[in-house]
Amino acid sequence: MSKATDVLLDPIFNNNPIGLQILGICSALAVTTKMSVALVMCIALTLVTGFSNLFISMIRNQIPSSIRIIVQMTVIASLVIVVDQILGAVAYDISKQLTVFVGLIITNCIVMGRAEAFAMQNPPVLSFIDGIGNGLGYSAVLMAVATIRELIGSGSLFGFEILPLVTNGGWYQPNGLMLLPPSAFFIIGLLIWGLRAWKSEQVEEPEYEIGGHTSLTRTA
Amino acid sequence: MAKNKDSISNIVIVALSLCLVAAIVVSTVAVSLKPTRQANKDLDRAKNILIAAGLFEKGKTADGQIDELFKQFEIRLVDLRNGKLLTASEAQALDIDPRTYEQRRASKDPEGSRGLDNSEDLASISRQANYSVAYLLKTGDQIDRMVLPIHGYGLWSTLYGFIALDGDLKTVAGITFYEHQETAGLGGEVDNPAWKASWEGKEIYAADGHVALTVIKGNVDLANPAASHQIDGLSGASLTSRGVQNLIQFWMGEQGFGPALEKLKG
Repeated sequence: MSKATDVLLDPIFNNNPIGLQILGICSALAVTTKMSVALVMCIALTLVTGFSNLFISMIRNQIPSSIRIIVQMTVIASLVIVVDQILGAVAYDISKQLTVFVGLIITNCIVMGRAEAFAMQNPPVLSFIDGIGNGLGYSAVLMAVATIRELIGSGSLFGFEILPLVTNGGWYQPNGLMLLPPSAFFIIGLLIWGLRAWKSEQVEEPEYEIGGHTSLTRTA
Repeated sequence: MAKNKDSISNIVIVALSLCLVAAIVVSTVAVSLKPTRQANKDLDRAKNILIAAGLFEKGKTADGQIDELFKQFEIRLVDLRNGKLLTASEAQALDIDPRTYEQRRASKDPEGSRGLDNSEDLASISRQANYSVAYLLKTGDQIDRMVLPIHGYGLWSTLYGFIALDGDLKTVAGITFYEHQETAGLGGEVDNPAWKASWEGKEIYAADGHVALTVIKGNVDLANPAASHQIDGLSGASLTSRGVQNLIQFWMGEQGFGPALEKLKG
């Protein structure tokens, strides 16, 4: 595989920003109750990550290291405002549902993390691809979580009814827990478990080992 | 190059030029998209008024028809302090165009609003604008439908919506909320079409004239004589349900449109 394909595909399974780097959990909890909303969030985040990496990489040789974080923030914040404005103009209904979360892309650790870790050292095109790849990695997890939550929580996928609800005269009693943020914690936890069971090299070394019992009689 | 990259002058130059570029990009986008965003907002409002009045059917009515349907409404200003429905010339004298009047902005302006005491502030909105807009659907002089804007606090956020009344001005014809940040799937079910449909035909006022409409916990027992004043609570969303009940009590009561409706019925 060429380097570009590696950079693009690696973050999806091998180095997933949510699964391995545990970045961007906050919005993954918030916007995954409906698939349509999650999808728009994924597109927005992927674009922001891609372009922020591109622009930061373009000016990486000019950025003084003492103000690099704030420079990255400025670029990211500007991009997020642009995305928010465009969403309000072309997808008004969805932007209404996303509300503050588009603005919160700024604080999404993935964007800053990739800018600092990758774009500051690599050429623009490769950085752009890395941003898109990480966005896709985030999207893969988000869409998986949203599918589970929307199906079990509301009995629908992308708003289309799959399991007819009791309230609409069907048989399915939706599970309200799935609509609350804690359920995403459980699902993401299970996904990470599954991912690490499949790719066992992602399991980290335990930081502490619990020792055996020490006998009290020895000291006494 | 690498050496003077971290010099103070370079830091200032980079910071300033970056800010300049970012500011130009952001403001260009914001200014150029503003008309579209505003149009979307207006369209969404008009659509919700039509939904409340039962004129808009999801999937059947195209967005293009909204403007035309909306033109049927007679838009009047209501003075919430004395319950007077102002005529077009009276509104003009106040220099307010009911079509563009923004109640939300007015309720923040000390000139255009009044503070509410804790005892009267059922809907937890703390300030109430002096004027509100009423959308009337008429045949001749007869009112067929009246759509009124309502808002109040739920669990996380203020819910903004419209309630439509039948020609008798005491029966609910429809309700809709166009802006809120309640929990999707729980409080967010205020958007559920089935729940909204359960409002139709409910009586707002009791025989003695007080606001009797309540959102109860659980399902309405139809055998109960008060059933015509009761709405099923949203399961898992007691606080949002209570918020909706409070805002109905407020806006339909003495502080809200109660006096105006009384006069119109008169």
